[in-house]
Amino acid sequence: MSILAKLKGASVAVAIVGASLSTAYAEDIAITGGTAFTNGGKGKVENATILVSDGKISSVNAGGDVPSGYRVIDASDQWVTVGLMATGTTLGLTEVPLSGSLNDATASKAKNTIGLDVTYAIDPSSTLIPVTRIEGITRAVTGLTSTKDYWLGQGAVIHLGDGFDLVEKQGAYIGLQIGEGAATKAGGSRAALWQEVYAKLEDAQPEPETDDKDKDKDEKKADKKKKPSAEKKALERLFKGETSLMVTANRAADILQVIRLKKHFGFKVILTGAVEAWRVADELAKADIPVVLDALESLPQSFETLGATQTNAGRLVAAGVTIAITGKGSHNARLMPQNAGNAVSNGLSWEAAMDAMTVGPAEIFGLSDSYGTLEAGKDADIVVWDGDPIEIMTSPTAVLIKGDQIELVSRQTKLRDRYLEITRSPQFKK
Amino acid sequence: MTVLKKPRSRFAVSVLTAALFAAGIAGEAGAQKRELVTINKDPFPSSYTRLESAPILITNATVLDGKGGIMEGADILMQDGKVKRVGKSLKAPKGARLIDGTGKWVTPGIIDVHSHLGVYPSPGTQSHADGNEIGEPVTADVWVEHSNWPQDPGFIRAAAGGITALQLLPGSANLVGGRSVTLKNVPGRVAQDMKFPGAPYGVKMACGENPKRVYGTGENNPTLHRPYTRMGNVAGYRQAFADAQAYQRAWDKYERDFKAGKDVLPPQRDINMETMAGILAGEILVHMHCYRADDMGTMLDVMKEFNYQITSFQHAVESYKIADKLAEDNVCSAMWADWWGFKMEAYDGIRENIPFVHKAGACAIVHSDSEEGIQRLNQEAAKALADGRKVGVDISKAEAWQWLSLNPAKSLGIDKMTGTLEKGKDADVVLWSGDPFSVYTNAEITFVDGAPVYDRTNPAFNPVMDFELGQPGEGDVE
Repeated sequence: MSILAKLKGASVAVAIVGASLSTAYAEDIAITGGTAFTNGGKGKVENATILVSDGKISSVNAGGDVPSGYRVIDASDQWVTVGLMATGTTLGLTEVPLSGSLNDATASKAKNTIGLDVTYAIDPSSTLIPVTRIEGITRAVTGLTSTKDYWLGQGAVIHLGDGFDLVEKQGAYIGLQIGEGAATKAGGSRAALWQEVYAKLEDAQPEPETDDKDKDKDEKKADKKKKPSAEKKALERLFKGETSLMVTANRAADILQVIRLKKHFGFKVILTGAVEAWRVADELAKADIPVVLDALESLPQSFETLGATQTNAGRLVAAGVTIAITGKGSHNARLMPQNAGNAVSNGLSWEAAMDAMTVGPAEIFGLSDSYGTLEAGKDADIVVWDGDPIEIMTSPTAVLIKGDQIELVSRQTKLRDRYLEITRSPQFKK
Repeated sequence: MTVLKKPRSRFAVSVLTAALFAAGIAGEAGAQKRELVTINKDPFPSSYTRLESAPILITNATVLDGKGGIMEGADILMQDGKVKRVGKSLKAPKGARLIDGTGKWVTPGIIDVHSHLGVYPSPGTQSHADGNEIGEPVTADVWVEHSNWPQDPGFIRAAAGGITALQLLPGSANLVGGRSVTLKNVPGRVAQDMKFPGAPYGVKMACGENPKRVYGTGENNPTLHRPYTRMGNVAGYRQAFADAQAYQRAWDKYERDFKAGKDVLPPQRDINMETMAGILAGEILVHMHCYRADDMGTMLDVMKEFNYQITSFQHAVESYKIADKLAEDNVCSAMWADWWGFKMEAYDGIRENIPFVHKAGACAIVHSDSEEGIQRLNQEAAKALADGRKVGVDISKAEAWQWLSLNPAKSLGIDKMTGTLEKGKDADVVLWSGDPFSVYTNAEITFVDGAPVYDRTNPAFNPVMDFELGQPGEGDVE
């Protein structure tokens, strides 16, 4: 339930309406007195007054008056940032993956894998969503982690606010896995894998414009009749530049093949996994391929990741590559700032680490128009922190998602409060 | 307990067989009385020797002593492998290496009580998966040290995170997974080179979902589809302990009869039962993988029924619900800061588990169970500390460090030797670049027995495991 609904002393029925139509009810909020990191043109703003109206940021200024009718959130001595965006998650797709509920992030028996659309599977009532957002993460990229082959369908960007419709961007990417696991499924060799990948994409590549007169009537009729499959539609969007191909690859040699793939087809490519990306950082920068990575990889856990190092993120940014640091999985996607912090202690700048959790993913997944910086016109995803947001002992004191201040409550905080003092029968309400 | 006093056999056939053979011949000859057969309890003795190092004096640092104390502007002197002195304005002995600790912190080395390094090493190939003896649910006869590959690069990464000692455990597929081993975190050529001298043995046991998932389908044990349920798990532990009682009685009877002058042969050795009987004798410490409060509650009663001690519950995701009972029964909880929900029995995990256990006066330990987590257990403690403080559990950083060194040392039975910076203890020490409760802080130098095993300021010094030689990641320890 949003804090607004509570403040209004709303009845349960009204609260439900308020939750599903939160933007219609969004109140005017002023966040005052904090140090704001805008990730944008204004840089760091001391004693910032941030005005929020109709779910959007209307202004960010040093000092300044609060217009009447605004509810004030006092952020004195606190830090204010954009709500963070976790990439590489399965949020909304899984609750208890092992021997629990169905894990919608895996589709081992699905027939057509490219066309799969995760937005059909997202559960906005998942307990993972409050658990994640109370840690300052307000957006997430969510998608499949495995299928019967190496295509991972189409992932989405969601917001983690209240209400039933979390989808911000459907078909935010098409997923493709490259490497040992994928090659095994493709016939036992990378040679077989790439042959299949090229064949599939070449087949979907639009023909150069030809004169329609060349076609006979029957052919034209057949073209009209055929309804395009989900796969065909997805790949059409890729070739039109409306979505990206997000390729998981770790070995430097595999990454170079991904660069070659981009050059061949010309569509947008995102690299993820990317354990050995630092070894080909200049090539990635030149090919304008952004990288979504886990900054904690440090071990040669397989023969594809022999060059694993926590300096990966810092080295990529130094070479001019745009990066996003992942939230890693689902239940602990909330640990993304710790992930970023370790990148900082291994050579990434603080500013670059903040970018890698906000403007970086916003750019990579095509959300820059509405999200990523604290500036007028952007969605009001704002977090007030009791210290440096990247530090591990810091946590949010206020979280706004699209202008709606959410309660800092989850199933976990309820368990915590129940057992703060141990009693004989905690099941009874006190 | 006595150790077999015969020269060690060169052959794997076992000392006992040789002893019996000799005894048999002697019997036939009728000239010699049989010797009392006892079991060698240390057939794979530690071959650890400490690394050479000049005395080391770190000056003007913030020192956490590991017992809950903090000293600003303090010095620490390490010499001959031991903590020689901690205090102000210490004098450097001749030839000592001086390290300016200004702005830096010094703590006891971190001890991880739950690691599978070496056992599930990197690279994680199928041929390296040596942690779960799946096939039958009680395998107290397997010893995890026999799976330890000392060339695992993970040991070096752990040293880079301030780990000076660790316990390797078998996995949790089995009700009784086998013996654990405690290591000093130093490179070795054979597994015995890493064994912590004088550390007692432990055993891994497991509650809950894992054993019943592994065996319930029958896939992993076609002749016996058990355990299938949690009650099947408990039946399994109880029968194993009942068997161990019978086994021990047979050996006790043999010893009694022998001492009474009877001409008796010893019972058949049973390697599985030797470990189970060792638990009942209090010689082998029990580290039990349990998540749910009710599973732990059941095990506390099994413990009382068979009169042994559970030293620690591992993972212990719901310890916060029964922290009072754990304090009363003197059982440690080895926990993550925030792992939860990946399986049903982890669904009730909360971020305040560690501080809540501490608050109840029970023994709280931060553990990893992860080749990645072991590289930054200090950060796990920091998160838990912050989460506790937010709900009014007021714990100092100095107190919280006990979750990382003293409490783990106690649970491994090595607290007389390590775990605090007291004079005379092993100089297992970490010099941090700053406050180790910050994400921006790195372990700068990790010392085991007074010798550096990892030095961030001197990358050329750092060990490179055999596997990494000639590979793209060679020497990239971070």
